[in-house]
Amino acid sequence: MTAAARRTFLLWLLAMLAGAAIVWNSRFSADMSFFLPAHPSAEQQVLVDQLREGSVTRLLMLAISGGDAQQRAALSRELRARLADGPELATLRNGDQHSLDADREYLFRHRYLLSPAVTPERFTVDGLRSAIAESIDVLASPAGLLVKRLLPQDPTGELLGLLAGLDAGAQPNSRAGVWASRDGERALLLAQTTALGSDTDGQAAAIDAIREAFAAARAAAGVSGVSGVSGANAVTGFADASLQIAGPGVFAVHARTTIKTEVARLSMISTLGIVAVLFFAYRSLTLISLGLLPVVSGALAGVVAVSLAFGTVFGITVGFGSALIGEAVDYSIYYFVQSERGDAAAWRSRFWPTIRLGVMTSICGFGVLLGSGFPGLAQLGLYSLTGLLTAAAVTRFVLPQLVPANTPQRELGGLGEAFLRLTGRLERLRWPLVLLASAAATLLVVDRDELWNRELSALSTATAEDLATDAALRADAGAPDARLLIVVTAADRELALQAAERAGAQLDGLVTAGVIGGYDTPARFLPSEATQEARRASLPTAAELRQSLPLALADSPLAASKLEPFLRDVEAARTAPTLGPEALRGTSLALAVDTLLLPRPAGWSVLLPVRPPPGEGLRTLDADTLRSALAGSGALFIDMKSELDALYAHYLNEAKLLALAGLAAIVGLLAVALRSPGRVLTVVAPLLLAVLVVTASLHLAGQRLQLLHLIGMLLIVAIGSNYALFFERLGSQLQHEPRAVASLLVACLTTAIGFGTLATSQVPVLQALGITVGPGAVLALFFSACFAASPSPRP
Amino acid sequence: MKRLLVGLLLSVLAIPVLAAWDLAQLMDDLARTRGGKARFVETKYIALLDRPVVSSGEMSFTSPDRLEKRTLTPRPETLLLDRDRLTIERGRQKLSIDLTNQPEALAFVDSIRGALTGNRQALEKNYALHLAGSRDNWKLTLLPSEQAIAAIVQRITITGQRNRIRGIEYLQADGDRAVMTIEALSEQ
Repeated sequence: MTAAARRTFLLWLLAMLAGAAIVWNSRFSADMSFFLPAHPSAEQQVLVDQLREGSVTRLLMLAISGGDAQQRAALSRELRARLADGPELATLRNGDQHSLDADREYLFRHRYLLSPAVTPERFTVDGLRSAIAESIDVLASPAGLLVKRLLPQDPTGELLGLLAGLDAGAQPNSRAGVWASRDGERALLLAQTTALGSDTDGQAAAIDAIREAFAAARAAAGVSGVSGVSGANAVTGFADASLQIAGPGVFAVHARTTIKTEVARLSMISTLGIVAVLFFAYRSLTLISLGLLPVVSGALAGVVAVSLAFGTVFGITVGFGSALIGEAVDYSIYYFVQSERGDAAAWRSRFWPTIRLGVMTSICGFGVLLGSGFPGLAQLGLYSLTGLLTAAAVTRFVLPQLVPANTPQRELGGLGEAFLRLTGRLERLRWPLVLLASAAATLLVVDRDELWNRELSALSTATAEDLATDAALRADAGAPDARLLIVVTAADRELALQAAERAGAQLDGLVTAGVIGGYDTPARFLPSEATQEARRASLPTAAELRQSLPLALADSPLAASKLEPFLRDVEAARTAPTLGPEALRGTSLALAVDTLLLPRPAGWSVLLPVRPPPGEGLRTLDADTLRSALAGSGALFIDMKSELDALYAHYLNEAKLLALAGLAAIVGLLAVALRSPGRVLTVVAPLLLAVLVVTASLHLAGQRLQLLHLIGMLLIVAIGSNYALFFERLGSQLQHEPRAVASLLVACLTTAIGFGTLATSQVPVLQALGITVGPGAVLALFFSACFAASPSPRP
Repeated sequence: MKRLLVGLLLSVLAIPVLAAWDLAQLMDDLARTRGGKARFVETKYIALLDRPVVSSGEMSFTSPDRLEKRTLTPRPETLLLDRDRLTIERGRQKLSIDLTNQPEALAFVDSIRGALTGNRQALEKNYALHLAGSRDNWKLTLLPSEQAIAAIVQRITITGQRNRIRGIEYLQADGDRAVMTIEALSEQ
C-alpha cells in the first residue's frame, strides 16, 4: 500500500468511525409515525395527536378463554388485583361490580353539581312535584328495586338521570360477575396503558406485564383451586386457560418485531446472495471484501444522513437499505470487471463518465422523494441518495488505491460474449416489445379505476390473525373505535369545558332527532366552573325546601317527613366546593376526563367522541347535518377513518407527482448530457417499457398497487438508466466490450437479488418496492440490450 | 255397610292419587306450557310511601327464556328479559342490564322464569321450595338459600291453578312487598 493509499484509507476509516458514532446515538423507531404527515393540517393534527397519544391507541383488550365461567371470572379478578396498582396500566376494568363503586359514589355525592337537570325550575313546587312523581313511578316499576334505597336522599332522581347518560347499553356481556364475550366463552378486560400509543417500548412493557401477571394468576389459581369445583378439574381448567391481547399497542409491538426480524433476515439473505455472486465474479476474497467497501460506506452514510436530518430513523428505512446493497455494489463491480489489469486511469477515462451520469440519474430519481410530505418517503429518498453518492465516491476515489497491484482477476469476457451472441438476435424483439408494452399500457388505461388500493391499511404491517383478534374483541367489548370525533379548543381548561358544554347542548338535540346515537364528553363528569356555579345557585335553602316540599307532595303517597336526608344533601351541595380534576381521583371517570380533556401547547382541547345511531352502520351517519349543527361554534368534526384515507390519498397523489417530476428530471439530465433526442430516447424507451410491463404484470397478478409500487416504478427508471446508458454508450462497439457487458450482467444480478429479497418481505411497504424494482431492473437491462444500436459486423 | 266399604275403598284408592300430586308433577304441568299472554295488576307496598302503588299491564312469555312485561298504567314501560339481558324502556330512556351483575334482579328473574318453565333445577339452585294446596289451587313458596339473595328477598310466593300461575308475591328483606295478580289471556 502506498503512502497516498494509506492516507486515503485512514481518511475513509475516520469518516466511517465518525458515522458509526452517529449511528450508535441515533433513535430508531418502528411506529406509526412512519405514516404520519410532516406538516399536518388542523384536522390531521387531531389525527396525529390521537394516533400518538390518544386514549384509543392506549387501549388494550384482554380475553381469557379456557376453563369454565367461574374459573375465568376468578382469573379475571386475580389479574385485575395483580395489575390494577402496577405502573404499566392506568386502568384495568373487568366489569366487576365493586370496581364501579368509586364511580357511583362520585356521581351520587356530587349529583347536584353534575346533573344537567338541576335548574331553578327543578326546585319550584311544580318542578319538585313532577320530578318526585317520576321517581315514585320508577319505584313502582321493575327498576324500582334499584332506586328505593336512594329515594329519601335523591327524590328527584338525579343519579338515575346521570347513570342513563353513561350509555349502559354499550356495556359488554357479563358472566359470573365479570365482563365476557358475546358467547360467554371468554372473560374480557379493558386496559388503558400509562404509556402513550406511540411509545412502543412502553406498550411492549405493558403487554409483557399483563402476560406475566396472567401466568402468575393462573399458577396461583391452579394451586388453590376454586370453591365448588373439584380440585383436579380446577387445575386442568386453569392450566387450559389462555390469554389473548389485542389493541393498537399489540399491532405496534408486533410491527416492530416484524420489521426488526425482517430487516435482519433480508439484509442477511441479500448479503449472502450478493457475496455468492461476487465470489463467482471475482474468485478472490480480497476483491470481495474490497467490493463490499463502497456498500458498507454507503449504507452507513445513508443512516447518518437520515439520523442527522430527521432525528429519528425508521426501521423501514433501514430495511430498504438491504435492497440498496444490491445497487451500491454495482459501482465496484463496474470497476473490477471493466478495468483491465487494475488500470484505474484507463477505466476512469473510458467508463467513469457513463457511471457518473448513471449515478446522477439515480440521484434525480431518489432526490425528488426528499420533497415528499410523507416522512417515510423523504427518508427513503435521503437514505438512497446519500448511500449511492457515497458508494460511487468510494469506488472512484478510495477503491482504486486499495486494490493490491498484482491481484489476479477473473476474465468474465466469455460471459459478456455469450450474452452478446444472444442480444444479436434480441434486437429483432424490439417491435414485439413495443407491442407488448402497448398492450400493457392499454390494460392499465382500461383498468385504471381498479389499479390502486386507496386505503391506508395497504401499508399496515398488521397480520390477518392480529386483525381478526382485534375485531373480535372489539365487537365483544363494545369498545368504541372512536372513529368520529368532535374537537373543540379554547385558551384554558375552563373555557374548553364551557365550549364542550355548548357543543354538547347542540349534540343533545341531534341525539333527540336520532341523527347520532350519543356522545361522550368530559363535562359530564367535570362540568365547567360556570355551570357548577349555576347549578349550585339553583339549589334552594333548607328553609325554602321545607316550605315547598309539603306543597309539592300534597297528593303524593310520599310524605315530606321522609325526605330529611334530601334536605341535608341539598344543603351540603349548596356549600360544597367546586369540583376540579382532583375530585375524580380514584375513579375510572378520571381517565375518561383525562383522555378527552387535553392540554395543548396553546390552550386546551376537548374531544367529544360521537356514536352512530344504534343498529346502524357508520355510513348512515349524517355527517352533513352534524357539521351544519356545529357550524359557527368553532367545533371541528373529524371522521378518523376517512381522514386517514384522505391522508393516504394525498400521499398517493403526491407520489404520482413526484414520480413524474423524477422522470422529467432524469430525461432533462439525459438531454443535457447526451445532447441528442434520439440518444435520450434510446436510453429512456426501454426503461418506460420495463415500467409498463412490470406494472401490468403486477395488476394481472392481482396486486392492488399502492404508494410503494409507484415509488418502485420511479426506481426502475433511476436504476435501469445505469444499464441503458452503458448500452447506449457502447452502442456499435458493444461487440468489442464483452467485459463491460459482463459487468452490467453481474451488477444487474446483484440489484435483482437485493430488491428480489425485499419482495419476500412480510412488511407490505418493503414487499411492494421489491416486487416492482427486482423484476423491473432485470427487464430494464434486457430491454436496453434489445434497444442498443445494432452491432457493427466484426472487423 | 257396603256403601261404607266402597267409600273406604275409594278413599284408600284416592290417597295415592292425592299423594302423587307433588312438586315434580307441578313442574311437569308448568313445563308443558310453551308460552302465553296474560294481564297483570301489581300492587307494591312500600314502607316509604303512605299508600300502595298500583301498576298494571300485559305480560307475555315465550319458552324458555323470553319474558316481556309491558306496563301500561300509570306510566308506559316495557321490561324485556331475553336470556340474561334485561332491558327496561321508559319513554326515550332505555336501560339495559346484564343480570349476572344484578343479584336482586337475577333472583327475581330466576324465580319467575323457573316457575314459568317448570325448571325445578333452576329454582332449587337459589331457593328452598315448599309446595302446599292441591293441583287446582297450589301455593309454591320459595325461600332463598343464598346469602346474597336473602339479603334482598325474604320470600317469594307463587300461587296457581294447574299449569297456570295466578299470582306472585314478592316479600323483600326490608319488609316491602309486591303482589302481582295474573290473568291469562291466551296460551300456546
